[in-house]
Amino acid sequence: MKIVLEQLLNGLTIGSFYALIALGYSMVYGVMKLINFAHGDLFALGSYLGYTLLVFGSSYATVTFGIWGGMIAAMLIAAIGIGIAGTLIERIAYRPIYSVGRLPAVVSALGASIVIQNGIMVIWGPRPQAYSSQVVPSVMLNIGGIKITLMQIVVLIISFILMGLLFYIVQKTTFGAAIRACALDRSTAALMGINIETIIFFIFALGPALGGMAGVMVGMYYRKISFVMGWNYGLKAFTATILGGIGNIPGAMIGGLLLGVLEMLGSVYISTAYKDVFVFLVLILVLIFRPTGLLGEKIAEKV
Amino acid sequence: MTILLKVEDLKINYGSIEALKGISLTIDEGEIVTVLGANGAGKSTLLRAISGLLPIRSGKIKLDDQELNNVKAFKIVMGGISHVPEGRKVFATLTVDENLNLGAYTRRKDKKNIKESKEKVYDLFPILKARRNQLSGTLSGGEQQMLAMGRGLMSTPRILLLDEPSLGLAPLLVKQIFQIIREINDQGISILLVEQNARKALSIADRGYVLETGNITISGLASDLKSNQKVQEAYLGGAALKKRK
Repeated sequence: MKIVLEQLLNGLTIGSFYALIALGYSMVYGVMKLINFAHGDLFALGSYLGYTLLVFGSSYATVTFGIWGGMIAAMLIAAIGIGIAGTLIERIAYRPIYSVGRLPAVVSALGASIVIQNGIMVIWGPRPQAYSSQVVPSVMLNIGGIKITLMQIVVLIISFILMGLLFYIVQKTTFGAAIRACALDRSTAALMGINIETIIFFIFALGPALGGMAGVMVGMYYRKISFVMGWNYGLKAFTATILGGIGNIPGAMIGGLLLGVLEMLGSVYISTAYKDVFVFLVLILVLIFRPTGLLGEKIAEKV
Repeated sequence: MTILLKVEDLKINYGSIEALKGISLTIDEGEIVTVLGANGAGKSTLLRAISGLLPIRSGKIKLDDQELNNVKAFKIVMGGISHVPEGRKVFATLTVDENLNLGAYTRRKDKKNIKESKEKVYDLFPILKARRNQLSGTLSGGEQQMLAMGRGLMSTPRILLLDEPSLGLAPLLVKQIFQIIREINDQGISILLVEQNARKALSIADRGYVLETGNITISGLASDLKSNQKVQEAYLGGAALKKRK
């Protein structure tokens, strides 16, 4: 039982990484009908940015803000940096070719992904880097026999706050309704006085910002980061997006958390080597029985 | 009467196809003007051009004396033109309330006035109040039309562009919708009404234009159009009546 609970917590931790990244895919797809393949690499860039801020800026950050303040500062700066990077990608790689259809944009997205990945390799080197234990404390807690690291609790709390905040913005505010309206029907949204360019700017800033923060947290949690990590996490998060229903914000959150938990339970009860098989098997089953994903729903339009 | 909206020699193309071949019309303050025409005559094109959704090839669109030609669609709403598109186009997965809030998006900071406008919309369409927390995709066609019109009114427009509000509705509902259009007009909002239901449209309009394959062929007071032989034959079922005799 203890093992199950521990693995459940591990699964939720990884799942919240997936969920945070998945939100970026889902928001962009919802409004643009474009899969931003560069998103996983923006996440990796966030991880490296956090690494630089924490490891090289540690003397300054941790001295000024304390060890936890330093981490929060690193996350915020990474969020802003990656948010800016996201909007730049939109401007350079996507905006010039919107008019020629969706497929070229997908190719351009793959190109942007390669550029970022190789950019990371050139700047930080091809060898994996590590968040050192001087900047990220490693505290093991024992709650009623269940082992959990302090970092896990931090990750879970921050992720849920971020997801809650995004959920509130998108589902409860008029601006969020405007985003959903643009996703449904751009022309009619324009007739409401909604500036689509503001919305595009917002989703390409916010999605990557969340991904960047997830990147810093992955670094703090696993310590080891590598320049190809964007591909791995990106693929899993994209799977989570499909699982929850692409374009659906709560779907991306649930898909991500579910994927993390499934992966962990799969590795306990089946085999660590086959955990991905288990994950993708579930994806295939969901797609067979609910092709729109778990929360993806289509309401028939009346004519 | 002062001219509110003026369209001068407007030409619109879809690729190489001319949809509007140079049409001119005016709408005065407080008027109901209707544009009649068959499918494909260019009625919706005209409305979409006015609200900035289509690029203009040549000609002018003016609100008061301000040219709207290169103004983006989302800014035209702020100028006081509200477009209720054909086929209602309510945001199906948003609630009725959210749809109405988006109608007031241009003044979203002004919470108090939005509430007032909403009450006004509820007065016109009481059913929307009962359904305000429902997803708008689950409404009936008539209710969706009411929502689309209510949403259009939320921006407190000076002129309302209505594209086929009677499309696909039961006769009783059509009657109700037209009554409400008149009520909206009584509040001082000018209306440009595009309709295939010519009889109904002419019954509430002050003036009318007949659009045929991108040209305005007949125009005049609604009462004159009703008795115009060509209009009767082509749009009021006159030809069919004659045959029956």
